[in-house]
Parts: sequence; structure tokens; C-alpha cells
Amino acid sequence: MALEVQIEKRLGAFRLELAFRTQRELLALLGASGSGKSVTLRCIAGLLRPDRGRIVLNGRVLFDSEARIDLPPQQRRVGYLFQNDALFPHKTLLENLELGLHAKPKAQRRALAEQWLARFRLSELAGSLPAALSGGERQRAALARTLAAEPEALLLDEPFSALDEYLKWQLELELAQTLEQYGGDAILVTHSRDEVCRLAKRVCVLNRGRSEPLRSTGELMTAPGTLGAALLSGCKNVSPVTLLPGGGLRCEAWGWELPALPLPEGLTHVGIRAHSLRPGPGPISLDCRVERVIDNVFSDIIMLRAPGPGLLRMETPRGAVGGCRTLRVHVEPGEILLLTGGEAP
Amino acid sequence: MDLFPLWNSLRIAAISALLVFLLGVAAARWVSKAPRGLKAALDVLFTLPLVLPPTVVGYLLILLLGPEHALGAALLRLFGAKILMRWWAAVLAVSVVVFPLMYRTARGAFESFNEDLADAGRTLGLSDAYIFWHIRMPVCRPGIAAGLVLAFARALGEYGATSMVVGFIPGRTATVATQVAFLWQNQGYTEAGRRALLFWICINVAISAAVLVTVNLLERRSPRHGS
Repeated sequence: MALEVQIEKRLGAFRLELAFRTQRELLALLGASGSGKSVTLRCIAGLLRPDRGRIVLNGRVLFDSEARIDLPPQQRRVGYLFQNDALFPHKTLLENLELGLHAKPKAQRRALAEQWLARFRLSELAGSLPAALSGGERQRAALARTLAAEPEALLLDEPFSALDEYLKWQLELELAQTLEQYGGDAILVTHSRDEVCRLAKRVCVLNRGRSEPLRSTGELMTAPGTLGAALLSGCKNVSPVTLLPGGGLRCEAWGWELPALPLPEGLTHVGIRAHSLRPGPGPISLDCRVERVIDNVFSDIIMLRAPGPGLLRMETPRGAVGGCRTLRVHVEPGEILLLTGGEAP
Repeated sequence: MDLFPLWNSLRIAAISALLVFLLGVAAARWVSKAPRGLKAALDVLFTLPLVLPPTVVGYLLILLLGPEHALGAALLRLFGAKILMRWWAAVLAVSVVVFPLMYRTARGAFESFNEDLADAGRTLGLSDAYIFWHIRMPVCRPGIAAGLVLAFARALGEYGATSMVVGFIPGRTATVATQVAFLWQNQGYTEAGRRALLFWICINVAISAAVLVTVNLLERRSPRHGS
């Protein structure tokens, strides 16, 4: 049970080059907007044709440019959940579900559609048109319709992005539960690090059209490896670095000199998460001026003016730092993210 | 009062509207899928009759369908009759003039269609034909219906091209529009002529108003497109 994707696609000046292989799991595809996430899903579903490559689902070849295989979306058995539900606006919920079930014998469709609606707590709305439903109900109905077609793989294209904060959480819980029962492969496209960590165990980072090797979501947070992945993982402080003769590093943005660390090949940047900066002295520390203290409801965000040109962002529990004008901050060596793949300083 | 012009206008408008509906929807769908360069060229070609004076359209049809032209000669041989100066020649003239109205409203409806709906249908395994007839057309129906009604209304009032192609033969090619022109030119100075003119104008205004009310109703009823 696996979805194997290896594709290249050129769209104007944009170039997508991507390869991954899922193993009966929910894989997150994390990328900034315009990084090619939706293009990837559309290629897998057969809605867009890659220029080159191969897509194999559970041993079934969906696309192979060399063997000239290109199954139409109707034959791929790949479910697609769109950002905006894509329910048919002129059909009732029940009719929408029945269309998802059209491969079943006609006599069974009505009963199956009613079962699916019941499973998603939509029975009372069976006779309503989609326009009469709330955003959360619509997206739930769309999920039910997608699953009713019994797809072998499920593609989720930012399914929460059109919803309010509260509804988002409701649907996310529901989706997590549904996916546990689903058992096939699923790909979740998102630009939210939090969704990735909560829903997926492994993640594929898509950086300006190029995929990075798969890794666990934990690894994404502790060792993102590249500048793009660090930014997508929510790292707030990054700086280009230059190597010092003694083996140390100089962070150009902050004018901060770090001691010798085991350096990866092609290092261009370091990153320090906002919560990795702590007040007080330590082996790796820096004196800063407090520029601004921002009330972040349950924490304080403190913007620090470093000796270099850039600002550092620190997050502390509320009131942990009093009204001081200057502050010495430190960071544990293990929490400094060493990054490659940025532009050279 | 001889009501032939009204009956003739209605049948010409109805047949032209049907013809233009089929051709206009097909052309609109074709152009909305065409690559950009071809799209621009076809769009100009299909919209041209809207901005050309109807008399110019009429004259071009005369050139094309007259016995001197190959097409006209072929039709003459095929039907054994001249095309021009028959009521059904007016159907051709009116169709050409009102085609852009149907084409442009249908194209607008197709282009504002949310393609995710078609894509959702395809990933659910629905055939392309099913998606066209049961999803794309019904969702675009308000726009397409408005185009059809507008085309019918414009067809009812067509004068320029009609008068060029079929002239004015009472009881054979007369339409409401050509009847009004004829009355004004020949009997506009008599009491009876003025009363007849008023009668035809009232009929015209009543039909046009009814059509516009229909268009407005259709637009108000349009269902929300999948946002």
C-alpha cells in the first residue's frame, strides 16, 4: 500500500520537481503559497499532466511518461477534497452524496448516501442545498462525498483554509478521526506548521517547486536542515553566517559570534526559535536592547535590538522579563538550527 | 387588422433564438476552452455582428446568398427556389445579428463557472458528458437563459438586416418592425395610419417589457455558484 510520486512539471517560469513515497499514512506536504502544492495534488489526481515522471498507486501505474500511460481522473480512484468544498450547488446534499456513489448499483445508492450523511451527522440536512449550510457543514459533506467514492488515496488541498478558527478545529478533530478509520494513503497540503504536526507523522517540504527528502514532523522542528524548511516550520529568527578563522560562526544579522559547532556541508544560515532564546547569562549569550514588548495574550513577545542590523524575536511567559531596557539572552548550543540552502551571505 | 406581421415576427424570432441558442452555447463553450491567441481572434469574429450596422450584415448576406455567389447558386439548385425575399431568409439574417448576444452571455456564464466543480466530478468518476449536461449547464443556466431571452427579444425587433434580405411583402415577409416602418413612410399622415402605428407600437412595447421582466426574474433566481 503506497503512493509513489516522481514528477516534473513546468508552468511558465515555475518549475516543479518532486519525489516522495508514502507508506499507508497521512503525509503532509508543507510549502509556502506558490510553492507548487496544489499543482502536485492536481497532477496526482490526473487533473493536470506532468511533463515527465511516474505516479504509482498500490502497484497501479496512474501516470508514466515513458510508457505513455496517463489514466483519466475517472479511473484513478483518487479522492480530492477542495479548499472550497466544491459541492454541486444545484443538488441537495443527498444528491451530492449519490453522485459520489454512482459506481454502486442504483438501488443501493440512496441507502448508502443516507448512511454516509448519518456518519457525518448531516442527516437532517439531506434535503438542503449546499448554500443553506455553514462552511463547516459543507466541508464535512464534501469529505463524506469524497470518501463515499471509496478512493484508494485521499488528497486534501488546504481543507481548513476557508473556515473560521473555531470551525477549523472542529473539522480537524473530525478529519483526524476519519483518517484513522480510512486506512489508505492521504496527502494533506497546507502551509500551517501546526496542522502538519497535529495530523501527520511525516512531512515533505516543498521549497520553491522542489521537494526535500521526507522526514518526521519531530525532525522538522528540531533539525529542519534547510532555510526554507526552517521558515516553514515557524522559526522566527534566521541569519546568514560567515565562518570565522577559529572555527566559530558570525551571525551577520545580529552581530552574534557563536563558538565552534559541528558544521554541515554548505552551511549558509542559522536559525534560533523565539522560545529557544532565554533571559540571563549562559555559555552562548548576547547583550541586547529591549525594543518592544508585545502582549501575545498568554505570553510576551519581546523584540530585541541586537548589535547587528537585525532584530531578534523572543517569546517568554507573561511578565518573565520586567521593564528592563537592556537584556542579556542566551541559547543552548543544541537549539541552534544549522541551515543550508539559503543564498550565500 | 391583419395580424400577419406579429405572427411572422414571432416565428422568425423563435426559430432564430433556437438556432442561435444551439450555436451560441457551442461556440461559447469552445471559445472558453480555446488557447489565448485563438480565443481573442474567435471572440472578435463572433462579436462582430453586434457592432456592425445590421444593414451591412444584410448586404453581406445578400452577396453570399444571391444567385451570383457560389453558395447562393448551390442553395438555388438544392431547393429549387431563391432564398432571398422569403420569410425564412429573415431567420438567417436575424440569427446572424442576435448571435453575439447569446454567445457573449453564455461565454460569461461558462467563464465564471467554478472549475473545481467539474474537477470534483471527474475525481468522483463522473463522465465528461455527464459533467457537461448535469453540472456545467445547470449551474450556468441562469446566464444562458438570460442570453436566450435577450436574443429572442432582439430578434423580435430586428429591422435593418431583415428589410435588406426580405424587404416588405405584406402577408409574406412583413414583420412588426418592417410594418411600423412601412406605415410611417406611407400612411403616417392619415388618421387610420397613425392609429395602426400606435397599435403596433403598443404590441412591441408590451412584448419587450415582458421579456425584460423575464430576464430580471431569471437573474434574481440564479443560485449561488460554488464559491
